[in-house]
Amino acid sequence: MTSPDSAVVVDARGLRCPAPVIRLARAARDVPAGTELTVLATDPAAVHDVPAWARMRGHELVSATEDDGVHAITVRTR
Amino acid sequence: MFLDAGGRAPLLPQARAAFVEALDQGWADPRRLHTEGRRARMLLDGAREAIASVVGVRTEDVDLAPSHTAALHSAVLAVAAGRRRVGRQVVVSAVERAAVHAAADRVAPDARVAVPVDRFGRVELDAFVAAVEGGGVALAALQHANGEVGTLQPVAAAHEAARRAGVPLLVDAGASLGHVPVGPEWDLLAGDAGDWGGPAGIGVLVTRPGVRRSPDRPDDEDRWFPGGVSVPAALAAAVALQVAEADRAAQDSLRRALVDRIRDRVGADVPDVDVVGDPVDRLPHVVTFSCLYVDGEALVGGLDALGFAVGSGSACTSSALEPSHVLAAMGVLTHGNVRLGLPRDLAPADVDRFLVALPSVVARVRDAFGVAGL
Repeated sequence: MTSPDSAVVVDARGLRCPAPVIRLARAARDVPAGTELTVLATDPAAVHDVPAWARMRGHELVSATEDDGVHAITVRTR
Repeated sequence: MFLDAGGRAPLLPQARAAFVEALDQGWADPRRLHTEGRRARMLLDGAREAIASVVGVRTEDVDLAPSHTAALHSAVLAVAAGRRRVGRQVVVSAVERAAVHAAADRVAPDARVAVPVDRFGRVELDAFVAAVEGGGVALAALQHANGEVGTLQPVAAAHEAARRAGVPLLVDAGASLGHVPVGPEWDLLAGDAGDWGGPAGIGVLVTRPGVRRSPDRPDDEDRWFPGGVSVPAALAAAVALQVAEADRAAQDSLRRALVDRIRDRVGADVPDVDVVGDPVDRLPHVVTFSCLYVDGEALVGGLDALGFAVGSGSACTSSALEPSHVLAAMGVLTHGNVRLGLPRDLAPADVDRFLVALPSVVARVRDAFGVAGL
């Protein structure tokens, strides 16, 4: 992960769809535009749903990685 | 109200009557040589002949399978076995049925070459053609239309490329037969009686002469589908296909207009919804949409409680707990998904009742999750 120390991390490990996207959306509401948000999720649906959410909301998808079943998906808010 | 007819439509009354009649006339084992056995054999051959006539092929090219899944498995495995000297790759679209993907994986661990699709779920034709022309390809598979999102695939162009490359093309018409013209651009064609209004438990596999196959099962009198199929089910499947085909144009215009109305109204009346699939170049009776921040299981349950039976590709509604690989490949939301397959003769007033009920069910599920303003 390339997020700086100030990056916001949303821990949604163990949560099932659509909870990871909802947690991420709540975090996105509370930060200024241009903030990088990283969501950690174990639900495989998050891999598809976070980018689709970002597209619908106009956020930018920065990166998506997986390590030992934990997906880390980073978006930059608009 | 039943709105989940994709893959398992209500049994057509004519098919039911044929099934009951065949229980009396065709109960015997069609492999036996006595009068009763011969009568069953005659009914079974008649069923194949009727299906062949609708598809526009010779009766001997039609094999009946105990399921659509079995037909797809056999098509992939038998052709891969027959052409193993040419290569072992199986080129597929990323949105083929799971049965096609699984069978390709059985050919060899690295046999499956999956070609991506666009946002509508349509295969990227140039990439598909390049993969087919790449050499070492035993078989290519491209569905006629996607049964989950309705999008028609470019099978004519894919078949032309496959023909030039000398690669047989399997076209899965499981969601198309009985609903749209399937055309002649294929080398193997699979169909699903349960989808066109026949009984479950009959699949169809049509194979053009000259396609090399080797049986992938132990020897049996029924070479491709050991043990054969139920004679009453086969007859009912054939009758259903004839009925569906005779009524196709009327059902097309009725259901196409209803899907247009659903697409417009859902997009307008439900906030934050992705109505997916090609809006025009599609099956007449299939429509799918995904609602942001909505739990698919709660949505299906909420609609069922009001009497609306719908399907879903969301992970929480599947026994595998994996989201639909079709929605995933398209890059659309997989959660909050509703999949509608409109049955024949659906009353427009019933669709209107669904369209009135849907927004409040979605709103209720969203309220429960506290997602207002996100």
